[in-house]
Amino acid sequence: MRFHFKTAYDQDLRLFRHGGQVFWYGFLAVVLLAAPWWASAYVMSQLHFIAIYSIVGFGLMMLTGFTGQISLGHAAFLAVGAYTEALMQAAGVPFFISIACAALFAALVGVIVGLPALRLKGIYLAIATLAFNVIVEEIITRWHGLTGGNEGKHLKPVEIFGWKLASDAEFYYLCLALTVLCCLACVNLLRSPTGRAFVAIRDSEISAACLGVNLAKYKTMSFAFSAALTGVGGALYAHKIAFISPEQFTLFQSIELITIVILGGIGFLHGAVLGAAFIIVLPQFISIAKDYLPAALAGASGLQATVFGLVLVGFIIFEPLGLYGRWLKIRTWFELFPFYRKGMFRRQKSYMKSERLR
Amino acid sequence: MKFFAVENLGIRFGGVVAVDDVSFEVQRGEVYTIIGPNGAGKTTIFNLIGLIYPATSGRITFQGRELTGSKPHRVAELGIARTFQNIELFEHATVLQNLLIGRHRHRSSALWQELAYTPAVRRAERVQREAVEKVIEFLDLQHYRDSMVVGLPYGIRKVIELGRALATEPRLLLLDEPSSGLNPEETNEMAFWIEDIKRGLGITVLMVEHDMSLVQRVSDRVLALNEGRAIAQGTPAQVQAHPAVIEAYLGSKEPA
Repeated sequence: MRFHFKTAYDQDLRLFRHGGQVFWYGFLAVVLLAAPWWASAYVMSQLHFIAIYSIVGFGLMMLTGFTGQISLGHAAFLAVGAYTEALMQAAGVPFFISIACAALFAALVGVIVGLPALRLKGIYLAIATLAFNVIVEEIITRWHGLTGGNEGKHLKPVEIFGWKLASDAEFYYLCLALTVLCCLACVNLLRSPTGRAFVAIRDSEISAACLGVNLAKYKTMSFAFSAALTGVGGALYAHKIAFISPEQFTLFQSIELITIVILGGIGFLHGAVLGAAFIIVLPQFISIAKDYLPAALAGASGLQATVFGLVLVGFIIFEPLGLYGRWLKIRTWFELFPFYRKGMFRRQKSYMKSERLR
Repeated sequence: MKFFAVENLGIRFGGVVAVDDVSFEVQRGEVYTIIGPNGAGKTTIFNLIGLIYPATSGRITFQGRELTGSKPHRVAELGIARTFQNIELFEHATVLQNLLIGRHRHRSSALWQELAYTPAVRRAERVQREAVEKVIEFLDLQHYRDSMVVGLPYGIRKVIELGRALATEPRLLLLDEPSSGLNPEETNEMAFWIEDIKRGLGITVLMVEHDMSLVQRVSDRVLALNEGRAIAQGTPAQVQAHPAVIEAYLGSKEPA
């Protein structure tokens, strides 16, 4: 087992805890930066999606994984980001301004929805956000003049100061840079007072309030921040697909987004990336598996949704800590060999909760 | 100016009057204890002070400011910290993080600074960490600094919760049954800490407690409650000998 001896408080403030992390993240950075050289056009396209969904995953992870608030309506924020980007690009607004607006506007909608919704808890919050998703979808469909309704909106490739990011590689670097930026923002927030207040709300609202955390303010902040990241993801998504229409932002999309955080591992930022990768790769596996399935099953229309549902339920039952939790267990097994115990990562449920905020 | 005063405090839940017209006053620098049989309304009083429940009647003032009608987080900002009878820690965070959340009311950074983790945030974090380390040293928690709360035993958690309350640098500390669930040795340690908190840190303590030996040892004054009403007040010895208190705990003598 490895011990990291600490001799200064600053060691706990650093981005990377030890040399090993610097090495592995550096290695990952090199591999990712070199992707255009080793990846085929198809893999590049998948990497675009993984980066975009990672950003959205970070957003939802901050809300669900770190603040403990569920949202079944994040596809709506994705839509807000995507349509803001589409409309602003059409109006000739430079990319950096339009994507910032996509984030800000999504955050604003997040605040408007968050203020009333966050008075609700658990299943009721889930229902409220679900309703919000349906409302936004409906607005996009009906507001023909602004959104083009079911005919959708077309987007041109991103253009930064007259430089057109037309190729896969160029767009890939843009996505990668934004993913890293968003990830850094999350990491920074989590190691400062605001992030700790989020975690406090997640673990015990009553003690958070008794320590001076303004519950309504911080929940709304978390909702807004989450929505902003989702808005950035939405803007990139719009460019990636180059065509957006209401049926891309349905409830099913929201469930897919929540699947990212649950599969990846709730409460871990790494989980957002792992979950995003899983959710992008899974449909490919399904289409490969179709060749080996009986025709009646392979041709069934709801196959993908069924598999997604099964995987989600399977993870919740058998691996509640998700893919990242699985990795942690494997790592701990090696670190502690031969002393690993089976129940080491079991989440203890405390049944003795005294005072509850209503 | 009164340091902390509760006047004619009352709350009813539907038809049940949980706290009925209770008044008392805590002086700066003392340990004031509320005792009473189960269901007497002791914890309810704490929840009323913390504004978790809105009081039906009466008022609470702290250093000349009225608390009633404000918000729970405002109470903490004024310098009142509390612990819980059944421990409400942030279980999926480390001990250090738990204590750092206690520093919430001393935060100084703005959101945009935190997003970029500017040098100002770093400096502020260092200051917070030093304050937390003082608490860690005070309560001998060095060993558990980086452990997740979820795996720690009950006795340690109790101390961590006390530490988290101390990390807020309160002027008034509310302890809800600090000895519940502790063995005699740990209770003894808790008594030392309460004395240290009073003498060394100069923090006023208002506590709810069942263990009469602990109450006698640390309290300056005691208030006895029964069925939501104050029945006796005075030094620990006076209250323990008070006929109404004996009756509340043991019942009255059968008429011969």
